[in-house]
Amino acid sequence: MEFTIPTTIPLQAYLALAAVLFCTGVWGLINSRNAVRVLMSIELMLNAVNINLMAFSNYLDGQLIRGQVFAIFVITVAAAEAAVGLAILLSLYRNRETVDMERFNLLRW
Amino acid sequence: MTIASITQLICFVALSATLVLGALGVVLLPNIVYSAFLLGGVFLSVAGLYLLLNASFVAAAQVLVYVGAVNVLILFAIMLVNKKENLAAIPGLGLRRLLSGAVCGGLFLLLIRVAFTTPWALPGPEAVGEEATIRIGEHLFSDYLLPFELASVLLLMSMIGAIVLARRDVLSSDVITGEAVDQGLIEKERTPLLLENSPR
Repeated sequence: MEFTIPTTIPLQAYLALAAVLFCTGVWGLINSRNAVRVLMSIELMLNAVNINLMAFSNYLDGQLIRGQVFAIFVITVAAAEAAVGLAILLSLYRNRETVDMERFNLLRW
Repeated sequence: MTIASITQLICFVALSATLVLGALGVVLLPNIVYSAFLLGGVFLSVAGLYLLLNASFVAAAQVLVYVGAVNVLILFAIMLVNKKENLAAIPGLGLRRLLSGAVCGGLFLLLIRVAFTTPWALPGPEAVGEEATIRIGEHLFSDYLLPFELASVLLLMSMIGAIVLARRDVLSSDVITGEAVDQGLIEKERTPLLLENSPR
């Protein structure tokens, strides 16, 4: 069986990389006990989506690079989300004296 | 195969290795400070991938916003809440990790299958390359003008919201008489009366 190295990077390589990053983020989001790590996992997932947008923008939409504009908006929203999320985390920590996700269960049952 | 394409390939492989290892480190390392620094590495390698995809402006924005702002914000949050605490063991943690790992693996297989079986319309139109920044500017001030202006309102709202959520409910001086409140209340040596009523 002949195995050839591709001369240019295929689109699927970027998609697979983004899939790895997204699944890592989802796993971390579910399994983290520390609330700061949950926020970091959300950032990982947003970056995976951005890689997908940029890859599609370069390979399928080379003239009107709409994917790059969308990526800029995603970056903006992610910055706002990080600021508000960390502020919520700080006020939670001030009230409960912990960052353990298992103990933020006031509204659970 | 030219020199340029070999260089691109090597850069892609190196950046993807950094990205995947860094992401695994962010999720799996027990010390959260290491995770935060590795997150900075992940953001930088994503910016490198953007450079490979002919997007210099978005790469610069990624470095400025993510590495410069979000990562520093996360480090400050860790600094403010980093107290050694022994997490109470919860039953069925191993099973939960296994199950969520299986779910994430299934999601990964699904995404890979979609990526490799969809007939993408390749090759697409020629990439604009260095003119990308000009095109983004034209987009932002013509057909994406409304989302662009809404983004500024969103940033203002989140800034005010973050300040309101994160500030302490103690004023440094009395509102009516103007004399200074004792320092113990501000430094949280004694809890203010407000917190005693709130659920703990």
